[in-house]
Amino acid sequence: MRQALEGIIGEHLFFKGLEERYVKIVAGCAKNVRFGEREIIFREGDAADQFYFIREGLVAVELMVPQRGFTTLQTVGEGDVLGWSWLMPPYRWRFGARTLQPTRALAFDGKCLRGKCEEDHDLGYELLKRFTFVVTERLEATRLQLLDLYGAPA
Amino acid sequence: MAPLLENSITTGLGVEPMLPKPYCIQRLRHETDDTFTIELAPENSGETFSFLPGQFNMLYVFGVGEVPISISSDPQDVRTFQHTTRIVGAVTRGMGHLKKGDVVGVRGPYGTPWPVQEAEGRDVVIVTGGIGLAPLRPALYHLTAQREKYHKIVLLYGARTPEDILYRRELERWRSKFDLEIQVTVDRGTRAWRGSVGVVTTMIGRSPFDPSNAVALACGPEVMMRFAVMEFQRRGLASENIYLSMERNMKCAVGFCGHCQYGPAFICKDGPVFRFDRIEPIFGKAEI
Amino acid sequence: MVEHVVLERKQLQALLDELKAREYQIIGPTVRDAAIVYEELSSCDELPIGWTDEQEGGTYRLKKRADRACFGYALGPHSWKKFLHPPRVRLWQASRNGKSFQIQEEKPASGKMAFIGVRACELHAITIQDKVFLGGTAVDSIYRARRDGIFVIAVNCGQAGNTCFCASMGTGPKAEAGFDLALTEIIEGPEHYFVVQIGTELGKDVLSGLRHEVASRDQIRKAEVIHSTTATQMGRSMDIVGIKELLYANSEHPRWEDVAKRCLTCANCTMVCPTCFCSTVEDVTDLTGEHAERWRRWDSCFTTDFSYIHGGSVRATAKSRYRQWMTHKLATWIDQFGSSGCVGCGRCITWCPVGIDITEEVSAIRGAGPPPSDGGSGKESDETGA
Repeated sequence: MRQALEGIIGEHLFFKGLEERYVKIVAGCAKNVRFGEREIIFREGDAADQFYFIREGLVAVELMVPQRGFTTLQTVGEGDVLGWSWLMPPYRWRFGARTLQPTRALAFDGKCLRGKCEEDHDLGYELLKRFTFVVTERLEATRLQLLDLYGAPA
Repeated sequence: MAPLLENSITTGLGVEPMLPKPYCIQRLRHETDDTFTIELAPENSGETFSFLPGQFNMLYVFGVGEVPISISSDPQDVRTFQHTTRIVGAVTRGMGHLKKGDVVGVRGPYGTPWPVQEAEGRDVVIVTGGIGLAPLRPALYHLTAQREKYHKIVLLYGARTPEDILYRRELERWRSKFDLEIQVTVDRGTRAWRGSVGVVTTMIGRSPFDPSNAVALACGPEVMMRFAVMEFQRRGLASENIYLSMERNMKCAVGFCGHCQYGPAFICKDGPVFRFDRIEPIFGKAEI
Repeated sequence: MVEHVVLERKQLQALLDELKAREYQIIGPTVRDAAIVYEELSSCDELPIGWTDEQEGGTYRLKKRADRACFGYALGPHSWKKFLHPPRVRLWQASRNGKSFQIQEEKPASGKMAFIGVRACELHAITIQDKVFLGGTAVDSIYRARRDGIFVIAVNCGQAGNTCFCASMGTGPKAEAGFDLALTEIIEGPEHYFVVQIGTELGKDVLSGLRHEVASRDQIRKAEVIHSTTATQMGRSMDIVGIKELLYANSEHPRWEDVAKRCLTCANCTMVCPTCFCSTVEDVTDLTGEHAERWRRWDSCFTTDFSYIHGGSVRATAKSRYRQWMTHKLATWIDQFGSSGCVGCGRCITWCPVGIDITEEVSAIRGAGPPPSDGGSGKESDETGA
């Protein structure tokens, strides 16, 4: 079971180039998870001790906006990484995540990985490099969304 | 920059290129609060109108003015043709008030077409946003009519909100009956929307096409196309296999008024569809 | 065998009369509003006899000459495009017909024009506009109707202007082709005559009814001396080797910011330039809405409207518009039409209210001119903020 996870992780684009011993460590903190449709993965404000790889399905990153209800800001799907609040204090989710379709994912124990990164800064650097890439991609996409390019001309 | 001008196509010029010909409105349907589709037919019922996917007409509203709008209907239908447009100024606003039986002037078709022949035997990836789907609809009709000539056909379509999604019925039909992989995303969802939310360009990275044997067609706001090209190139698609539809101010559509110049190209006759490697040196340059 | 004849100054009126008899409308230079402009002429007395022009960046003055030369000036603000590509022309009229409308084409211009006083650079400018309006798949019928059948009397320049650089552009000062007759004016003491090079059979035919002599070798040599002397007097020069690649590679050169600080985007340069061809279309209607017309008029890439789409202009800054004009004129024109768009007439320099000099701008971008103002990389600052 552990080896199957290592296989998936080692092949995943996100972990490409990661040394084998680190793949083992990361795999040691991972497990397969499943969600049904319209199921909450995590809520705003909860402790952020995990992050996810979506292997199949569609997940809405949402915020509770008074009068508007739960508002989807972005969706993530197959191949996407979900969640970075586990990386920095206060380690609490700033947004919620809810599935829109039945979803399979790998869930990683962020708290455990945080500890391992503190012990081995090289592992920490490798993970942060990769998460920075995810965050910048998300930021870029958000900026484009903000431009409202299909909206009425200026 | 020299190869830029090879592909000029000028059809339908007739004796006097600046004279519009009257066409009769068959239907005018409002798609959203600022977008409508107008269907036109020649006044003379025996006549036909042919065009290539990607081409545009200059549409004249009597006494108001003339604007370039891409043709958005099935090129196999030679009796009528359609344009889908947003209301962005006096002419489109005037046009939006017209009814069945009214008449608009037409000059065209003009411009270079989508490379539907070059794409045969390959995957076709179409990325579009907003009203950009309209100029690609004729290409989609062509691709589905000759489905067996193409490998995977992928359509990635971004709309502003779910209410702004165009051609819903066709999208469904293409997805189910013609084996097209269609992904629709919106910039902003509604409570009822259960689909993707986020910019369409983020879908390119994971899209199931083979970059070593694919052609990409993109049409939409220039910023969207800029990021789409980046994503295509990240997937390993060569510039010679990416095609964009560019837009600039146009007055004559026959290469005389000078308004539509984009570097050395006249968008009216060297475009609007450009193979990306030919415009790569100036694409994205500020205020060119 | 190039034929040269001599026409006495006294015969000039007879030449105009011969053209009038052949139903040509004669267009030529005359003094009006303190400038030498092109207008319809009926008599050679209307020519700018005894006048010359002094030109510099942003400066144009007429001065009296010591002699009575008819063509003793360089160039005025008008070019022949005013007559071939008119500033304002109606394309068609239309009237409502029930729900539909009926269009009435404009009849093409009838009548032939004879241009007298066409400079070598202007001959090239006409050829360049021929390429634009007649050389593509679409043909501008308005241009064609006016262009067909013009009779061209070129006049070789007896002196170069301060802002002239036709020698650099390979477009002068001697008229080589594109004329029916080419005159070189020679004044020596009491003698005043024209050495006439015959360019076409029609030119020969027009001359046949007038008193003229075959030109002697000496007279032809005098004309040649004038041509070669004029070529050395050019007030400006432009190095055009590799200019297309230079401008394509330098779209963000700091010099563009520099010229943008001076350029008023007044569009004078595009109006006086003999090759600028941009136009716009105006659709108008009467108050009843029953009658509509489409007009075409000159337009300029210097306006913000020129590049307007989707609620904004693509070229919003003066920098981008100056860059567009100059890059089009000297570089992209070559890819579009096979030659430079510039004929070195210098009008854009003379008629620019702030004297922007296209030859100086090219030098600056080559790096040969004054150093560009520092910009873009920031100035190193004193960290202590003292």
